[in-house]
Amino acid sequence: MTVEELSKKGEFEAVTLPDPERDIDGCYCGDLLSWVMGRAKSSQAWITIMSNINIVAVATLCDVSCIILSEGVALDGDVKNVAEAKGVNVLKTPLPTYEAAKLLGGLI
Amino acid sequence: MSESVKFHFDVNGQSFTSAGQASVAVKKSLRELGISPEVIRRVSIAMYEGEINMVIHAHGGEADVEVYEDKIVIILNDHGPGIKDVELAMKEGYSTAPDNIRSLGFGAGMGLPNMKRYTDDMKIETELGVGTKITMTVNF
Repeated sequence: MTVEELSKKGEFEAVTLPDPERDIDGCYCGDLLSWVMGRAKSSQAWITIMSNINIVAVATLCDVSCIILSEGVALDGDVKNVAEAKGVNVLKTPLPTYEAAKLLGGLI
Repeated sequence: MSESVKFHFDVNGQSFTSAGQASVAVKKSLRELGISPEVIRRVSIAMYEGEINMVIHAHGGEADVEVYEDKIVIILNDHGPGIKDVELAMKEGYSTAPDNIRSLGFGAGMGLPNMKRYTDDMKIETELGVGTKITMTVNF
């Protein structure tokens, strides 16, 4: 499933999709950036409640297919513009992390 | 490749906004050089952790990356306070980062251990009140 396809599934909504055709082949959940950086794999969707600028760098370094902000979290300041410029897809969902991962797991 | 390819970056210590710029730039350059994705991943993670450390603890610094035929060497130099107890700093979970850093998702005491984990060799030279130099090597 592509990131764009996921963004059209009820509970998920696009924040910015500079690279909509990226395929999602798994999921990683975590908020501790150093931990995520070492463990999230390329092409996974990364679900987090962190919304500061550093998530863009972490997503780029891990090469995840998208960041999914759970729990209805909104992006800080101009993080959206930075993500767009760096080609990092960002989605959001009102669901808690577990529910979001469960739903995503059933879709991919 | 007979000579090494070199990259130099100034790491701005003023804000977190620019942290990661050097690592992301290195990642892009290494990709263009045809380095394997796994090596790129290790180098960029180790370097990003180093960058974050320089921003948190040392008001920034400098990063140099040299690409050789069989290895990549990353040298991080700062003029920060130095590391009081290197052995303790290397312990997973030990951190001297302030609370505001923790709320950003860092400061979990994973930085230096991650840098060691993702490189084949890591050397720390530090002097209190003078600064810290970290040299990391990733072999192909």
